[in-house]
Amino acid sequence: MTTHATRNGGLSPAAYLLFAAALAAALLLGICLGSVPVAPGETFRALAAALRGTGGDGAGAYSIVVTLRLPRVLCVALMGASLSLCGGAMQGLLRNPLADGSTLGVSSGAALGAAVAIAFGVSIPGLPGAGAAGTAMLSAFLSLVFILTLAYRLDASLSTNTILLLGVVFSLFTGSLLSLVITFAGSRLRPLLFWTMGSLSGSGYGDALALALALLLCGGTILFFSRELDAFSLGEPSARHVGVDVRRTKLIVLVAVSALIGICVSIGGSIGFVGLVVPHMARMLFGPSHRRLLPASLFGGATFLLLADLASRVVLAPLELPIGVVTSLIGSVVFVRIFYLTRKAE
Amino acid sequence: MLRVENLSVRRDAHALLDGVSFTVEAGEWLMLSGPNGAGKTTLIRALSRTIPYEGSVSLGGEDTADMRPAALARRVAVLDQNHAAGYAFTVEEIIRLGRYAYGGAFGRGDADGDEKIEAALRHTGLASLRHRSVTTLSGGELQRVFLAQCLAQDPRLLLLDEPTSHLDLQHQKELFTLLEDWLKTSGRAVISVVHDLSLARAFGTRAALLGGGKLIACGAAQDVLSDENLRTVYGMDVRGWMRGLLERW
Repeated sequence: MTTHATRNGGLSPAAYLLFAAALAAALLLGICLGSVPVAPGETFRALAAALRGTGGDGAGAYSIVVTLRLPRVLCVALMGASLSLCGGAMQGLLRNPLADGSTLGVSSGAALGAAVAIAFGVSIPGLPGAGAAGTAMLSAFLSLVFILTLAYRLDASLSTNTILLLGVVFSLFTGSLLSLVITFAGSRLRPLLFWTMGSLSGSGYGDALALALALLLCGGTILFFSRELDAFSLGEPSARHVGVDVRRTKLIVLVAVSALIGICVSIGGSIGFVGLVVPHMARMLFGPSHRRLLPASLFGGATFLLLADLASRVVLAPLELPIGVVTSLIGSVVFVRIFYLTRKAE
Repeated sequence: MLRVENLSVRRDAHALLDGVSFTVEAGEWLMLSGPNGAGKTTLIRALSRTIPYEGSVSLGGEDTADMRPAALARRVAVLDQNHAAGYAFTVEEIIRLGRYAYGGAFGRGDADGDEKIEAALRHTGLASLRHRSVTTLSGGELQRVFLAQCLAQDPRLLLLDEPTSHLDLQHQKELFTLLEDWLKTSGRAVISVVHDLSLARAFGTRAALLGGGKLIACGAAQDVLSDENLRTVYGMDVRGWMRGLLERW
């Protein structure tokens, strides 16, 4: 464990290099492979043309690489990184390896908002296609306000048990409302079902930019609180005893996690297990300290989701599976194995 | 050094602590004793600002309620009865968290950190376990890890809630001797909850007896732990019981 760490407890440069190489390889695979394979040489030429702004003829390899696959793989990588980072943060904050951002109920709240927009054709004037994103973000925010307000009223110290229980109950409630929406969706049922299972097909550079900004702002905030999350991993009383401002830390991390998840869900739908499995794997490899766990989750999540997205496109090509189905299939098996090993070790 | 005035803790209509007042001076070791439910742990939690309370607690003339969490942690360290290791942190990582209140962003700027951590490892006999995962430690070893964290915190006041609950006799002796040495540095004080009255009498410079959330007596350990006071709070002949135990040894 410590061989991956620097003296101040962060990830070693060698670990960063390995992560960067794995991520670059996964990005390249994601761009090159698919129902129509594109050779690496053609891929690099298309990317170079895009960087030069010459644009090629806008058809063939250039179109596949620059117009279709590059924005998609960027979105996939950013979403994987975001969801894993959120999962790692929540597992530390709530001292629960089963926790991730969705435990707050924000994912399901965001999903409900977006589903309502898709099912009933809600749109924002002047911003075509932004209806689902807008309602998802709004719904995620309202879910957070609702859960935190209720938690404050029940328990002013915002204890983890209170938040976990409220998150679970809220997720069940929104899940039943989502089923109701799907029942009444009629002709819009198919895209809605596809979206609830998670999909990043058709995502563009605008989506990637939104995800990148969200990751920079919210992810940066989460990374800044690494030491506080270490202290929370030993329990709230321990964190308080060593001088952590417990309430302030919880509020800031919860808001950052909720905002990041809200934006992810609005763009890619519900993609489960990434935020649970990747931090678990990172913890096994690099230890529980958030100085290493969070950066490892960030890179690992991006790589994991890129490979899952690739699998969703090539396994049954030309048929494409929703990415959430792939992550759930891989994730549930890996998660049960990790959970079993962890419990056995205890 | 520490002044507690009219401290009360209520849950619903029930008073867990009722108007407790006392002082602790530098160099003193105050032993808190009393039967189960007397309010000893509640008092430790209130002093460490873990639970809300009424009344005032001031340290060095400053009300602890006005202190920021990090400022309070630089003055007061707390060793709880039970510890949750949870994730597989190393012994050194746990002890290093004791320096949280001294570091800036990302823990930088704590010039004394490494020295304090090494001293804490040395004093608690944990140097050889520094890279061990805390999930592999026994209850007693884990207790020593969190004690080392408290020592690394370099506080003026150490609050201990039944510190010997997971320790064998040898480690009990080592802990109490270590704390006696720690107290020799000027400006420090210890308040600890103890059930073992012989330890309280042997090591405590002062003692406080709690019963039913009230402070029954507070003063020199020999005076407070008198037969009469002990009979009042425990409802039994404590000295007779302990003599009987020794005779059956």
